[in-house]
Amino acid sequence: MTTASPARTAQRGVRRLGDRVFSGTAVGAGIVILLLLAAVALFLITQSIPAFTVDPEDVSILRGQSFVEYVGPLVFGTIWAALLALIVAAPLAIGIALFISHYAPRRIASVIGYVIDLLAAVPSVVYGLWGATTFAPIVRPFYVWLNENLGWFPLFAGDVSATGRTILTASLVLAVMILPIMTAICREVFLQAPRLHEEAALALGATRWEMIRMAVLPFARGGMVSAAMLALGRALGETMAVTMVLSVSGVISVELLTSTNPTTIPANIALSFPEAYGEGVNVLIATGLILFLVTFAVNALARYIVNRRSAFSGAN
Amino acid sequence: MTATTTATTAHVNSLTTGQLPKWAPWAILLGSWVLVGGVFALMNTGGDPGDFNVGGTMFLGTVLFVVLLTVFSTVAENRRKAMDRLVTALVVSAFVVVLIPLASLLYTVLINGLTRFDAEFFSSSMRNVIGEGGGAVHAVWGTLLITLGATVISVPIGLMTSIYLVEYGRGRLAKAITFLVDVMTGIPSIVAGLFASAVFVAFFEPGIRMGIAGSVALSVLMIPVVVRSSEEMLRLVPNELREASYALGVPKWLTIMKVVLPTSIAGITTGVTLAISRVIGETAPLLLTAGITQGLNTNLFSGQMTTLPVFVYTQYRSPGMYPDEAIARAWAGALTLILIVMVLNLVARLVAKIFAPKLGR
Amino acid sequence: MNIKRVGTLAALGLTGTLLLASCASNEAAPGDSSEAPESSFSGQLDGTGASSQESAQLAWLTAFQTENPDVTINYEGTGSGPGRENFLAGASPFIGSDRAFNEEELAAGGFTACASDEIVELPLYVSPIAVIFNLEGVDELNLDAATIANIFNGTVTTWNDPAIADQNEGVELPDTAITPVHRSDDSGTTENFTDYLAAVAPEAWTSEADGVWPLTGGESAEGTSNLVAAVEGGEGTIGYADASRAGSLGKVSVKVGEEYVPYSTDAVAAFIDASPRVEGRTDGDIAIELDRTTTEAGVYPLALISYLIGCVEYEDPATAELVAGYFSYIASEEGQQVGLDEAGSAPISDELRTEVESAIALIG
Repeated sequence: MTTASPARTAQRGVRRLGDRVFSGTAVGAGIVILLLLAAVALFLITQSIPAFTVDPEDVSILRGQSFVEYVGPLVFGTIWAALLALIVAAPLAIGIALFISHYAPRRIASVIGYVIDLLAAVPSVVYGLWGATTFAPIVRPFYVWLNENLGWFPLFAGDVSATGRTILTASLVLAVMILPIMTAICREVFLQAPRLHEEAALALGATRWEMIRMAVLPFARGGMVSAAMLALGRALGETMAVTMVLSVSGVISVELLTSTNPTTIPANIALSFPEAYGEGVNVLIATGLILFLVTFAVNALARYIVNRRSAFSGAN
Repeated sequence: MTATTTATTAHVNSLTTGQLPKWAPWAILLGSWVLVGGVFALMNTGGDPGDFNVGGTMFLGTVLFVVLLTVFSTVAENRRKAMDRLVTALVVSAFVVVLIPLASLLYTVLINGLTRFDAEFFSSSMRNVIGEGGGAVHAVWGTLLITLGATVISVPIGLMTSIYLVEYGRGRLAKAITFLVDVMTGIPSIVAGLFASAVFVAFFEPGIRMGIAGSVALSVLMIPVVVRSSEEMLRLVPNELREASYALGVPKWLTIMKVVLPTSIAGITTGVTLAISRVIGETAPLLLTAGITQGLNTNLFSGQMTTLPVFVYTQYRSPGMYPDEAIARAWAGALTLILIVMVLNLVARLVAKIFAPKLGR
Repeated sequence: MNIKRVGTLAALGLTGTLLLASCASNEAAPGDSSEAPESSFSGQLDGTGASSQESAQLAWLTAFQTENPDVTINYEGTGSGPGRENFLAGASPFIGSDRAFNEEELAAGGFTACASDEIVELPLYVSPIAVIFNLEGVDELNLDAATIANIFNGTVTTWNDPAIADQNEGVELPDTAITPVHRSDDSGTTENFTDYLAAVAPEAWTSEADGVWPLTGGESAEGTSNLVAAVEGGEGTIGYADASRAGSLGKVSVKVGEEYVPYSTDAVAAFIDASPRVEGRTDGDIAIELDRTTTEAGVYPLALISYLIGCVEYEDPATAELVAGYFSYIASEEGQQVGLDEAGSAPISDELRTEVESAIALIG
C-alpha cells in the first residue's frame, strides 16, 4: 500500500475515531476467519488421528489395507476428475466471458450473462440427475467412436461402458457445473479492464484480439487464476453430482471410457459415510483432511503463480 | 473468388482494401457444413437416413470453418487480421459449445418441473402426504431462511475481511488471512456439515438439528467465496479514485464507504450472489445439520428444517411405491430453486444499478 | 429493460405466493383436533437410521400422525451406521438399522437413549430383493445362485451362455453382452445379496458377505434409484434392488431346492419364518439369523431385514409410551399392510407378530 493516510488536519481526532472503528471491524472480521478455520482444522485433525493409528484389520472399510493404500487411489481420482474438468472448462469459460464482455452486442450479453449466473445455482443433485439420465446416454455413441478410432491411445483404451457413466462424463458434468462461477468472475474482471487502455490500443490500429491481448488479459490475469482456483475448489469438493453420475471402482486408471473408474474423495465419503461406524467414520474424516490439504496445495500453487507475475492491481 | 472481390474493391475504396467481405465468414461456415455433411452422407450411402451423423457434421464442419477462415484471411488480409478472426471464431464457438449442455439442462428441468409446478406445490408441505399431491412450501421456507441466515453471517465477515486485505492489510496478519481463505475454499462441503454439527452438538445436545446449524455450515463454505470475489473487485478500483478522495480531505473509512465500495458494488453483488448460488444448492451438509422434516417449520433456532435440495434428493431417493409422483415433485423443487436464484440475481442487479456510480459502462 | 420489468413482476409474484403460503394448507394448526379422532398420544419423536426403511417409515408415520394429530414423528434416512451411533449417543429415541446390534456392542452397552442397557430389536421391515434385468423381449428368467454369482463375477458374459440357456428352455436369448450393475455405496442390500451368493454358491462366489461390493471393476451406481436408472438405461444390464422398485424390468426367479421361486411377499415372509432366531438374546431382542441355504418349498431367500430398535426403559415415560404406540402400530396388521401398499415391504407373519407384540409390551 503506497497510499498515504489523509493529511493530518485539525479534525484529526474525529476522523481517527471513525477510522479506528472501521479498521478495527475489518481486522476483527479477519480474525473471525482465523478462529473459524482454526476450529475447523482442530476438528478435522482430532477426528482424523484415530485413522492413522488404528490397526487396518479392525476397520471394515479399510479391508486390511493401510490408510495410505486406501487413500492413494482416492487422491488420484479426485485430482484426475477435477483436472479434466478444469482443462475442459477453463478455455471455455474464458471464451464465454470474453464473448460477453467484448464480442456480443450489449443487450444479448447481459441476458446471456444472467442465464449463466443462474446456472451456478442449479443444485448439484440436479446436475447429477441430468448427467446420469440425459447426458450419459447422449455422449456414449461418441465414446464408442473414440474407442474404435483412437483406442490405441491409453486414455481411450479399454471396453466402453454400456451406460456412458464414466469418469469422462463425470468430468464433463463437473466442467458444466464450474463454468458459471468461472465465467461470472472472468466476465467481471474483463469488464473492469481500464477503458482508456482499450481505446488507446484500438486507436493505435490494434485488432480486437490484439487489444484484448495487450490491454485486457494482462490486467485480468490474477482474476482469471482466482476464478480457475475457485472453480477447481468446487470441482475437487463436489459430492452429489459425481456420486450420482460416476460408476466407481476405487482403482487407479487413466482410461476415460470404461465402467471401471477411480473414485473421488467426496464421492467416497458420500457413498461410505451412511453405513460407517466406529473408526470407519474417523477414516472417512481423515480422507476429508487429505482433500483439504490437496485443495490447499493447489491454491497455494495458484497464489504463487499470481504473485510471481505480480498482479495488475489498482490498489497497490 | 476472394481475389477478384478485393481486386475490384481496391479501386472503389482504399480503406477496405485487403478485407474479406462481410458475408465471407458466413459463407465459409455454411460451405464447411455442407462439405462435411456431404462427406458423411456419402459414407452413409445405402444406410438408414436416420443414421446421418448430425453431431459429427456440426462439429467437424465448425472445425473446418475455423481452419478455412484463418487460411483465407491470411491469404486475403494479413496475419494480424487472421489471428483476430481465428480468436473471434473460437470465442463464438466456445460460447455455442457451452450453450448446448446448458440449454439441455435448463430444458430438462423446465419440462420435468412444470408438471407439478402448481398452486398445491406452493401451498402444502409433505406432512401426511404419500403418493400424489403434496408440496414443497416447507422446503421453500427452509431454503430461504437457512440461506438468509448464512448470508447474514457470511457477507459482513467476508466483505470486511476483503476490505481489510485490500485497504489495510499489511504484514503477517494479512498474509495469514489470505492464506487461510485459500485453505477455506478447499473445505469439502460434507466436512463443513460435519464440523457445524460437531459444534452444535458440543453446545447443545447430541443429534441436535436446527436451521441455524445449517446456516453455520453454509457460512463456512460461503465466506471464502465472498472474500475471494470481493477482494478481486476491490483491487480493481483504481488508486486514482482513492487518492483524489484523500486529497479532498476525506477520511479513509469514508473513502472506502463512499468511493471504493460504490465503485465496485456491481462486482461485489455479483460475488455475493455467486456465493449464495454456490451454497443454496448444497445437500450433504444440510442433511447433517438441519435434518429432514415433512412439515413446515419457520423457526431457525428449533427443530428440523428441510431445504429444496434436500427435498429434491429425498424425493428421488425414497419414492416408495410412487416413483413418478416423487420424481415430478423433485423436478418441480429444482425448478423452484432455480427461480428463487433468478429473482435473487435480479434483485442483486437492481441493487448494483441503484448504488453504482454512473460510469461509461 | 423489458426483461427486467418482467423479472420484477415475477419477483413480486413469487413473493406474493410465499406470503400467502406461510402456512401449509395440509397442516392443521396445533391443538385444532376437533374433527380428529380421539387419541391418547402426543409429542414428537425424531428417529434416524437405515435409508432402506425411509419410504416405509414415511408411510407409517403418515398414517400414525393422521390417527394422532398431536404427534409429530420425523425419520431421517441417515444410514444405519449413524443411526446406531445416534442411538448410542442418545440423539434418537428409536432408530432403524439394517442389522441388529452385535454381541460386542450389546455387551459394551452404554445406550444413552435408554435408562437401562436393555433394548428391543424388532424385524418389522422386510424388503424382498429382486434380481432385475433389462433384456429386450425377456421378462422372466430362471437362474440358480451359482449362475447369478458367475454373471456378477464376470465369468458368464453373454445372455445366450449355456449356463443361462439350460435353465430357461423355450426362452429366446440374444447374444447381447451382460453388463452387471452393482451398488457403489455401502448398503444393506449389497450385504444381503452377497451374503446369499456366498452362502448358496460358495464355489462361484468366493468373497464374504459385505455391504461394499467386494470385487473391483464393473458398472456401479449409487443408491437404489440410480441403480434402477442404470439398469433401465442400458441394454443387457442386470442388477439387484428392492423389489418394490423393479417396475417393468425383468425379474429373476431364483432356484431354491429343486424349483424356481419368483419373488413374492408371501415367499419372503415364509423365508423369515423358516429362519432361526439368534440365540442368547434378551426377550425383547428379536434378531434373526437368515438361513439362505434353506430348501423349503415356496421360500424366496433373497430379502433384507431392517430392524426397528428402541429401549426397554426410557428416562421419560411419555417417550416410552409414544415409542411403544408407534411400534405397535407398525407391527399391527394395518401397519404392515400400509408398508406393503406404500413401500412394498413384505408383511410379517402372524407368528412373528405375536413375538413382536410381546417384545413391545416390555417397553415402559
